[in-house]
Amino acid sequence: MAAASVTLRKDGGQIPPSFRQSSPRYGEKVIGVLLLAAAAISILTTVGIIWSLLVPTIQFFSNVPVTDFLFGTQWSPLFASPEFGVLPLVCGTLVITGIACLVAIPLGLLSAIYLSEYARPKTRATLKPILELLAGVPTVIFGFFALEFVTQVVLKPIFPEIQVFNALSAGLVMGVMIIPTVASLSEDAMAAVPHGLREGGYALGSTKRQVAVKVVVPAALSGIVAAFVLAVSRAIGETMIVAVAAGLQPNLSLNVLEGMQTMTSFIAAAGSGDQPTGSIGYQTIFAVGTLLFLMTFLMNMVSIRLVRKYREVYE
Amino acid sequence: MSPTLDDIAPLEIEAGTLQSHHSELPEKGFRWVLLLSLAIALLTLAALLAFILVSGAPRFNLQLFTNMPSIRLPEIAGAQSAITGTIWVIVTTAVISLPVGIMAAVYLEEYGNPNGRFHRLVEINIQNLAAVPSIVYGILGLGVIARALALGQTVITAALTLSLLILPIIIISTREAIRAVPQSIRFGSMALGATKWQTIWKQVLPAATPGTATGAILALSRAIGEAAPLLLLGAVTFITFNPNGLMSSYTVMPIQIYNWVSQSRDAFHVLAAALCIVLLLLLLLMNGAAIFLRNKYQKRW
Repeated sequence: MAAASVTLRKDGGQIPPSFRQSSPRYGEKVIGVLLLAAAAISILTTVGIIWSLLVPTIQFFSNVPVTDFLFGTQWSPLFASPEFGVLPLVCGTLVITGIACLVAIPLGLLSAIYLSEYARPKTRATLKPILELLAGVPTVIFGFFALEFVTQVVLKPIFPEIQVFNALSAGLVMGVMIIPTVASLSEDAMAAVPHGLREGGYALGSTKRQVAVKVVVPAALSGIVAAFVLAVSRAIGETMIVAVAAGLQPNLSLNVLEGMQTMTSFIAAAGSGDQPTGSIGYQTIFAVGTLLFLMTFLMNMVSIRLVRKYREVYE
Repeated sequence: MSPTLDDIAPLEIEAGTLQSHHSELPEKGFRWVLLLSLAIALLTLAALLAFILVSGAPRFNLQLFTNMPSIRLPEIAGAQSAITGTIWVIVTTAVISLPVGIMAAVYLEEYGNPNGRFHRLVEINIQNLAAVPSIVYGILGLGVIARALALGQTVITAALTLSLLILPIIIISTREAIRAVPQSIRFGSMALGATKWQTIWKQVLPAATPGTATGAILALSRAIGEAAPLLLLGAVTFITFNPNGLMSSYTVMPIQIYNWVSQSRDAFHVLAAALCIVLLLLLLLMNGAAIFLRNKYQKRW
């Protein structure tokens, strides 16, 4: 029976019918295209971000000279006689980012050294998820905590002249929020350092501290720097903590006890009012957004490159 | 001739040279510094949780769930519209982002040429998108989804924006889950005559489900806590009704918290803290589920 329906191939070989392809698999092709389309959405997202930023930004710069925007020291775009100098916002952003990094970079790196080099596997398995819980707390709650607890309970007794909204509390809390990012990425980089390097260090008589500080950290440096750069990028882009705790007053000052507006909190404040499409108020949101996107984009690229570098060396 | 042991002159060691010349103190001190750094982060978390619990406890009651927000009467105000709004937005976000994210991950792991230009472009693009500030997604939502596509300030606009925001997270975690499925499973399926898609659908994806689900839950919990992009998308107005469809106005819990924190009266801050408790409990539940899934179903190949 089966033999009767066997077909002959040109070369004389025989294929049983059940082994022949039943039909051309158009479905497989369609699925392939659908999956490709899903992957392409990520590219469309980037294109969408750039397009949505660029068009109003170009309109903005046809009304306001670029030099006024970049070097002006007054920011009052929604006033009757508007000023468009973005420096106060950049200053606020950098001051708060600076405070956050002073907290997050040392504490994150030291935590990573502990987790990677000192903690027993069981201790690490408990501590790491708890540390990551910190990264899972919504940022608006961190903002609330900065405004009501850190400013009022912790900082006010030390600096009685501190303002209700201030850069210091926002920066400190943001720093703690970023610790898990720094710690987790630095630890990944340190874990990728081959054991032979550590053993070499011990064989030369180094102590545990010397191996950690003089062997493991330098060997993982590109990954650690990538973590730092990403931390800076996250601090620049963080919105809710500053919107709640640092106030909405543009302030070209280095006094961290005063309130400051950042680029992100300006966008949040101006964007939550209903600005009509095409108004200059609407366009400023996008102009500041473009500056923010460019700054974080540059840092993300540096960070991605650095991570590739250590992966190439050790993995 | 290679040297033998006899060729090596015996080492003359002066007494004491092999002893450690490092004192023990910096070693111990360094360890304490490391522990202290970790402790600062953990103690801050503890302080935050304690602060929220203590300040929110007086208003953590049924009224919070049954009543609507009110600008005038914080004593009886609730957060029902924010809680139902969060459910609407997150369920819609999940329905949109999960299939797209998983499909993109399957493409990147199983199809296409990993060294091809498109593949590398998509990869680096996803890494960058994962680090774009969330407020920039708000700008995208405002400029493209709310205004250009004219979807307005609605549940669907919020869900689409949050979907784009968490897609990179879903793609990255699903890819890891798919990569952990051993090649032998694919070869076995193919050897039995299954097509590529049959292999993926019937073997690879089921085997990758625990990892995918864990990543999906974590991505959605990120979306639940996200407030910044929604500030630009109309969630900020006081909404005193539950959403009744995708084109409905809405608010969500993090925005309601922001609203109440911005009020000057203390009674609103108590309400905000109470809603923070609800949000944190929800997130804790989701994180717990993710850890449970990972531990219970993760296969060791």
